[in-house]
Amino acid sequence: MRMIKRENISNKKAIQIRTGAIIGSLILSGLFIFFLGHNPLDVFISMMDGAFGSIYRIKDTINIIIPLIMTSLGLMIAFKMKFWNIGGEGQILIGALFASYFALNFSFLPKPILLLVMFIFGFIGGALWALVPAVLKVKFETNETITTLMMNYIALNLVTYLQYGPWKDPQSFGFPKIANFTENALLPKVFGLHIGWIVTILAVVIISIFVSKTKYGYEIKVVGESKDTANYSGIRVNRVIIRGLIISGGICGIVGMMEVSGVNGTLTDQVSAGYGYTAIITTWLSGLKPSFIIPVSVLFAGLIKGGGFIQTAYQIPQSAAEIIQSMILFFVIGSEFFVQYKLVPDKRNEKGRERNVS
Amino acid sequence: MDQNIYVKMEGISKSFGTVKANDNVNLTVKKGEIHALLGENGAGKSTLMNMLSGFYKPDSGSIYIHGEAVKFDSPKDSIKKGIGMIHQHYKLVEAMTAAQNIVLGQKGSFFLSQKKIKEKIKKVAESYGLNINYDKKIYEMSIGEKQGTEILKVLYQGADILIMDEPTAVLTPQETEKLFKILKNMAREGCSIIIITHKLQEVMEISDKVTVLRKGQTVKTLETKNTNSKELTDLMVGRAVDLSIENPKVELGEEILKVEGLTAEDIEKVEVLKDISFSLHKGEILGVAGVAGSGQKELCEAIAGLYKIKKGKILFENENLVGLSPRDIIYRGISMSFIPEDRLGMGLVASMDMVDNYLLKEQHKQKGIFIKRKPVKEKCKSMIDKLEIQTPGTSHPVKQLSGGNIQKVLIGREIDTNPHVLITAYAVRGLDIASSHTIYDLLNEQKKKGVGILFIGEDLDVLLKLCDRIMVLSSGKVTGIVSTKETTKEKIGFLMSDEIDTEVIAL
Repeated sequence: MRMIKRENISNKKAIQIRTGAIIGSLILSGLFIFFLGHNPLDVFISMMDGAFGSIYRIKDTINIIIPLIMTSLGLMIAFKMKFWNIGGEGQILIGALFASYFALNFSFLPKPILLLVMFIFGFIGGALWALVPAVLKVKFETNETITTLMMNYIALNLVTYLQYGPWKDPQSFGFPKIANFTENALLPKVFGLHIGWIVTILAVVIISIFVSKTKYGYEIKVVGESKDTANYSGIRVNRVIIRGLIISGGICGIVGMMEVSGVNGTLTDQVSAGYGYTAIITTWLSGLKPSFIIPVSVLFAGLIKGGGFIQTAYQIPQSAAEIIQSMILFFVIGSEFFVQYKLVPDKRNEKGRERNVS
Repeated sequence: MDQNIYVKMEGISKSFGTVKANDNVNLTVKKGEIHALLGENGAGKSTLMNMLSGFYKPDSGSIYIHGEAVKFDSPKDSIKKGIGMIHQHYKLVEAMTAAQNIVLGQKGSFFLSQKKIKEKIKKVAESYGLNINYDKKIYEMSIGEKQGTEILKVLYQGADILIMDEPTAVLTPQETEKLFKILKNMAREGCSIIIITHKLQEVMEISDKVTVLRKGQTVKTLETKNTNSKELTDLMVGRAVDLSIENPKVELGEEILKVEGLTAEDIEKVEVLKDISFSLHKGEILGVAGVAGSGQKELCEAIAGLYKIKKGKILFENENLVGLSPRDIIYRGISMSFIPEDRLGMGLVASMDMVDNYLLKEQHKQKGIFIKRKPVKEKCKSMIDKLEIQTPGTSHPVKQLSGGNIQKVLIGREIDTNPHVLITAYAVRGLDIASSHTIYDLLNEQKKKGVGILFIGEDLDVLLKLCDRIMVLSSGKVTGIVSTKETTKEKIGFLMSDEIDTEVIAL
């Protein structure tokens, strides 16, 4: 067998392949659950149930969907330039850190102004954290995969240091915890969810327009396709990369701000919750298209939430729950290969056999 | 079967995906015959030869070598049957001597006797009149010598059927002449030679027979002495073609571009442009000739602001362009279109459609932050009509267009920017004859408008007809600038081989 690239694929065929993959993943992980001694069907149903089974659970899942979509949007802009921004985690953390600084020290400001300041500085924090690798790349051609990753560790340890040291709440009885924000530093709720969901919807719309309708989006696309061509056509490549990374990191920074202000109510070293890494997968799976980021993020959030739920409901160990999540992911991601390529029998061998017979 | 028929290919078909590269092709080559395989790009010449040399397998049809039916599984099988193929890009180990390259990959005893090998090489070389210093390292050799080594290698392997893929593309006219002499010797010694080409003059000069391919099918096999260039062109294109290239008389305008002492280095600090000086006038086509890699690409890029300049000046209307960004140079009305071997290169983005590719040069002119695609779409449509571009529509990725159409998109866009100076390199590379003429007409139209055109070309015959003056480059140096009315192909060929003609420069 050998693989060849598909010329064109009909929508119907693509859907068939993807559906097949999901069925395959259910069968395989079902077998796994069966060997753990549970009824696969029950476990799947309760996974769904755990993620979307009640208003309360749906809200919980949406609280994961929001940061996943936002972070994916941010990474997408960098990925479109083939700038591999692995630093979403760090950018979220620093965005959260900057926002928290104002929440903790300027709590006397009126709520709308304080939130606006936190929002802006959340963006600035994330942007700054992405700017460092961007400048290094532009000036010294450093490998951005390494630098953005390293920046994650710096951010994480910086927040941990503040949490255990200077920013530790004196009233926490020695417990390493930063003080809770005051009420006017918390995001208001709309329909029982923090207002971040509206920000997210707006962001999807704005970023969609940005990438497809503006000159900046166009330049980002050209730079991603070929830096030589961009340069030849008079696009200032370095400027485009720096600008793109400010936006990419800035959006991740906003995620940090929304998490501290809308979900946690304070800053912890757990605030990024792996979104920066999970979003790499969701961004990639969405094919770098803003509109596809939404369904992919919903699927992932459901998997995370549902996987957590079956741990408690069935006393399945965390590692086993993660195996199930990974199997489903493996199939879903793997199916993309078959959407782009098909396997055909190797003609060469057949001919060889023919000849031997004759 | 007749033992004198060395190669017989019957009813050969080969498809790649949905493309039929060869469709029921027939070819017969006799002993001692030089057989030209003529056809435009994409006519299926290379595919056919790759099947004869074992790189591809035919989907159907049969191949007979020396009268015996064969099926090749790999190039090794075809070498065993006495077939040697010389590719456009030589496959030699640079750090080894010619002799070492020749015995490379040969079966034999574990210990090779240097003396015996050299004796055998010498014998082979002498019998075909090939003069090569086989103790010379490949990297010290000229292109012609490298080609000689390749030929000697396949002869040493015992080949009596030689396939040459566009052998003259990288040679100066003088080297070509030498090669033809060798080929004629080989034919006299009883070898069969198949030469792939799209240059008509060469076919007429060297071949005994010629087979014309068009769109994967054999059109006709003719005796060379019974035909002429005109007939061959018509067969190649499939209809009658006007072969003349216009050179409209235009009043020479003022000097628009002046290059003085331009010197540039590549990454390894090797000088790729050495003290280049020339001037370009409004309403003039200045041709640039030279064997491949003489600094043409670097010169284009230097003027467009894409190549770092070490020394010298590029004056555009008395303003020095050196140090300006590509963007600033575009703003001044200097447009560059370079067609690289893979055609897409840096002028176009393969995955984007025509509109977005047009926008590469257009977006700077649009005001505001939003990009306006509608007016560009209209411009693309009129370009499609004007240049007869074959495309399903303006929103089709350009990489799915054929090579010729891709080039029309690129050059059409550059012309639409209304440049003052138009630099075009290899504008007709790989184009069929009709498309080439469309491009020549476009350039002449620009010339009449008073645009200064720098035309970097490959085919000397075209350069001589189209251009007003020709500048010859050789290893990064200008070896002469001559008026096309007062020069000959031989003279230019002489300049191409690195000998500065002080007299000509003085002109």
